[in-house]
Amino acid sequence: MSTHLLSAADLSRDEAIAVLDTAAELARISGRAVKKLPTLRGRTVVNLFFEDSTRTRISFEAAAKRLSADVITFSAKGSSVSKGESLKDTALTLEAMGADAVIVRHGASGAAHRLAHSGWIDGVVVNAGDGTHEHPTQALLDAFTLRHHLSGGEGALDGRRVVIVGDVLHSRVARSNVLLLRTLGADVTLVAPPTLLPVGVESWPCEISYDLDAALPGADAVMMLRVQAERMNAAYFPSTNEYSRRYGLDVRRANLLADEGIVMHPGPMNRGMEITAEVADGPRSVIVEQVTNGVHVRMAVLYRLLGAAEGSGDPAEPALSGSLEEAAS
Amino acid sequence: MTAADIPAPTGRPTAIPEGPGGSATPPHPDGARVLDSDDISRILGRISHEILERAHGAQDIVILGIQTRGVPLARRIAERMTDIEGLPVPVGSLDITMYRDDLSLRGARPLHATDVPVDGIDGRLVVLVDDVLFSGRTIRAALDALSDLGRPRAVQLAVLVDRGHRELPLRADYVGKNIPTSRDQAVRVRVQEVDGADEVVVSG
Repeated sequence: MSTHLLSAADLSRDEAIAVLDTAAELARISGRAVKKLPTLRGRTVVNLFFEDSTRTRISFEAAAKRLSADVITFSAKGSSVSKGESLKDTALTLEAMGADAVIVRHGASGAAHRLAHSGWIDGVVVNAGDGTHEHPTQALLDAFTLRHHLSGGEGALDGRRVVIVGDVLHSRVARSNVLLLRTLGADVTLVAPPTLLPVGVESWPCEISYDLDAALPGADAVMMLRVQAERMNAAYFPSTNEYSRRYGLDVRRANLLADEGIVMHPGPMNRGMEITAEVADGPRSVIVEQVTNGVHVRMAVLYRLLGAAEGSGDPAEPALSGSLEEAAS
Repeated sequence: MTAADIPAPTGRPTAIPEGPGGSATPPHPDGARVLDSDDISRILGRISHEILERAHGAQDIVILGIQTRGVPLARRIAERMTDIEGLPVPVGSLDITMYRDDLSLRGARPLHATDVPVDGIDGRLVVLVDDVLFSGRTIRAALDALSDLGRPRAVQLAVLVDRGHRELPLRADYVGKNIPTSRDQAVRVRVQEVDGADEVVVSG
């Protein structure tokens, strides 16, 4: 794994599988009475959230704490950011406090990249969502969930068909998922009204469709995206009702999926808009599971990044360590 | 201990090399083979008997192999003990990766499974099994991992090879073979289940 996790494209197929395998073992540990591991004892992880978030922030916090890291949570509300402090000054403050890892969420696309490559801080940077750009750990937890249900919890997702539906334009989840799922061999179809597809989407490694009923039959999974009303400053569709009718997931549509097909949603859901409550709480839904998996995947990411950060300098070595190294220590 | 302690079947090289180019050194692509599969089988049989003798039977014993090569060795010891005692001896695996103290030196490693027998380890005699005892840091980590899993009545340690150079005040209760080495030598244990062959090779 490279030094930071800024984009799902940073992960090679082997690295992505290694993260998922690590997460799978960590998931087993979280089933026992003592959930805490001493691995990152003495390390400091800063949650730097310029945008509101509940599940991602809590998920990263739980992940870091289970690995015994010290966690400092910094949210823009009530901080000097609301007094006009810049990203740079905030970063310099964190550096002065000795942050080993910075988990950053920011409203501007590219903020995580800026933080990682500006020279402001030495720690590793994990992108927890930057504007409408990327959210790589969400893609990892989605891939983990898909793998659990579709591939017996191991390997990749070769030949699986995943349909991602809705507000692709404002979704960092969609972009990260398309990149990662393609890396893992899945075939992705994006379904959205033309107004909710970003410019340049035709160059993404996926199929595009405007017709949900045509895309769903036989698919292994459907991922519903939240309609991000707070980012919409123009009329992207005529009415909520019409959106639900054409792009909402109801029971009839969910049953078009393959027999074991699953329904996913990154949350928070607009029940009744992109997904009906009946489907969200139905037997195909793995939405709650996604949240649980998020903690394990983020533990795996922190472990691998902080391990590599000061590692031997040879990223291939850990994966290849055989009996010789193990016996030697 | 010398190579003479272990009876060698004819044609099987078992001697420890006296030094580079020593005439007793058998030809092996990676170095000198100090234990072959018959030796390892006899050693595991002896350790199984020793554990049972000291514990006065297998009633509350749990065998835990340390990932990766301690695990097949632990399974074989548990099988032998089951054969000897006529009652099943619970066996599991312990992955100590997340308990290592060298993350900042060596980087993240892939994880392996930790499988504790269903009845757990509380109040039991846990025998940890590893392939090579060297610095003792793996065992230190294993003891930490164990304390997160429960509270054994006692913990003992069985190793196939003790190569010396301890960095912590630890010792093994059951040692297959003491092999004096220099620090820069490599002791490679191969087991059938992982590597397709049983042998211990010293190189470097």
